[in-house]
Amino acid sequence: MVVSIGFEGSANKLGIGIIQDGIVLANPRRTFITPPGEGFKPVDTAIHHQSNIVLLLKEALDEAKIHPEEIDVVCYTKGPGLGAPLVSVAVFARTISQLWRKPIIGVNHCIGHIEMARLITSAQNPIVLYVSGGNTQIIAYSQKRYRIFGETIDIAVGNCLDRFARILKLSNYPSPGHNIEQLAKNGKIYVPLPYIVKGMDMSFSGVLTHIEDFAATLQEYSIEDLCFSLQETVFAMLVETTERAMAHCGSQEVLICGGVGCNLRLQEMMSEMCKERGAKVFATDERFCIDNGAMIAHAGAEMFRVGAVTSWKNTFCTQRYRTDEVEVNWRDEQ
Amino acid sequence: MNMKERNFALIKQGSEAKIYSGTFHGKPCIIKERFVKRYRHPHLDREISTQRLKSEVRSLVRCRLAGVHAPTVYCVNMELNHIMMEHITDGVTVKDFIKDPVNQNSLETLVSTIGSTIGLLHSQNIIHGDLTTSNMLIRGGDISKITVIDFGLSFIDHSPEDKGVDLYVLERAMLSTHPNSENLFEIILKYYGKTNKKDGKETLKKLDEIRLRGRKRSMAG
Repeated sequence: MVVSIGFEGSANKLGIGIIQDGIVLANPRRTFITPPGEGFKPVDTAIHHQSNIVLLLKEALDEAKIHPEEIDVVCYTKGPGLGAPLVSVAVFARTISQLWRKPIIGVNHCIGHIEMARLITSAQNPIVLYVSGGNTQIIAYSQKRYRIFGETIDIAVGNCLDRFARILKLSNYPSPGHNIEQLAKNGKIYVPLPYIVKGMDMSFSGVLTHIEDFAATLQEYSIEDLCFSLQETVFAMLVETTERAMAHCGSQEVLICGGVGCNLRLQEMMSEMCKERGAKVFATDERFCIDNGAMIAHAGAEMFRVGAVTSWKNTFCTQRYRTDEVEVNWRDEQ
Repeated sequence: MNMKERNFALIKQGSEAKIYSGTFHGKPCIIKERFVKRYRHPHLDREISTQRLKSEVRSLVRCRLAGVHAPTVYCVNMELNHIMMEHITDGVTVKDFIKDPVNQNSLETLVSTIGSTIGLLHSQNIIHGDLTTSNMLIRGGDISKITVIDFGLSFIDHSPEDKGVDLYVLERAMLSTHPNSENLFEIILKYYGKTNKKDGKETLKKLDEIRLRGRKRSMAG
């Protein structure tokens, strides 16, 4: 029986999760919400995390009904993410680990998403579409690594949506992407936008520039039309590249994770594609799609199981930490 | 048009087209049919299908000018989104070839051919758009020739930028499909530079630039 606690704070979400053998005991989260039209700056986000983390830890322990001595391992996000928030949370995790005399494990954020989604959906060996504000990757497992088959060559798809929401001055609560999704439901006219797919890679920065011009003048289109067209275009790019990766790898499963993954329209388009191929799609809801502590706790517990504890001098953070850098020695299959 | 009545049988469903096999005036042929993607907005779907069909045919024909082996186009039906082309019946994908342990000693020769072939394509400004080891065939076990297929994402462009991205797509596909194939890719680039006399050097320089653009690259190394 392994009880692990995970600390996540690589972007504007601060989360602490406690997991016991794959069962989530607690997973509270605080989100740093900025005024409409503004993004979150690293320094302000770090201050938010620093001022909330102690109370959040208490909340997590109370909810899980766990005493610190029952915890076996402390896990934290090593990267990728924003420097200042990452460091704030890592310092806290290191302190806790010394205070409670527990081993510590640094977890790759992307691996956290993948392992958590696999746990929740029990997908076996899927093609993973990992889409969030900072990442857009199409991943498949092969020979002890999560290998990146396709990814964005410039900005992340979530970043494209967030920045468009900022132009429109949409609320950042609960998230900019959620508000675009709601507006898109009432969109009627499809505005042609650039559609850029390069093999299994894609590009979103040109789409953003193009639609920003429309938003400035609006012409005959409504804001709803623009949100609708943006979603239809960028999601079609994601689904197409995922399908290409499936054909290339001969896979019959897709797993969607990351913050953008809770968008129902994306899930619907992905299911439609899978239906045509006789494949299966797996997705989770906002509790586990959006950054949270439980995913770090779970991925850390898997690493703990095979003895991949992080040595003290390696408990640093790194803003750049590729998904394929981590050796996945907790999975047995080739 | 009903495929069954015409004795065409579905042999493969790729990511964006169905492939049927049959005969064309006695020659084995395939029909590549771009089907409607229901997940895509109809307007966007139509736009993409038509544009890709046109560029595919254009590139296939241009390949013959470049001296690159590619399926011969027999006929095109724009209304049904059909391309009828030569059926390559004796081909093995480069992907399967590399994965087969029997072939480990001939890989260097194979990838030098791949490099020269892409060099030829690019010297005629053909950007393939989806260079992967699944899209290259070896016919009858002859690794001195490579047949390139699936030009669905191709286009014609003379800029080193687009050529560089084309090579980058191949590099990424190779490294993810065939772990530890870095040295093979280096050989590809060497032979690429030799055959693309037009702007090979510039393209390789551009490739180094493009590599650095990738997101979240490790800072070490």
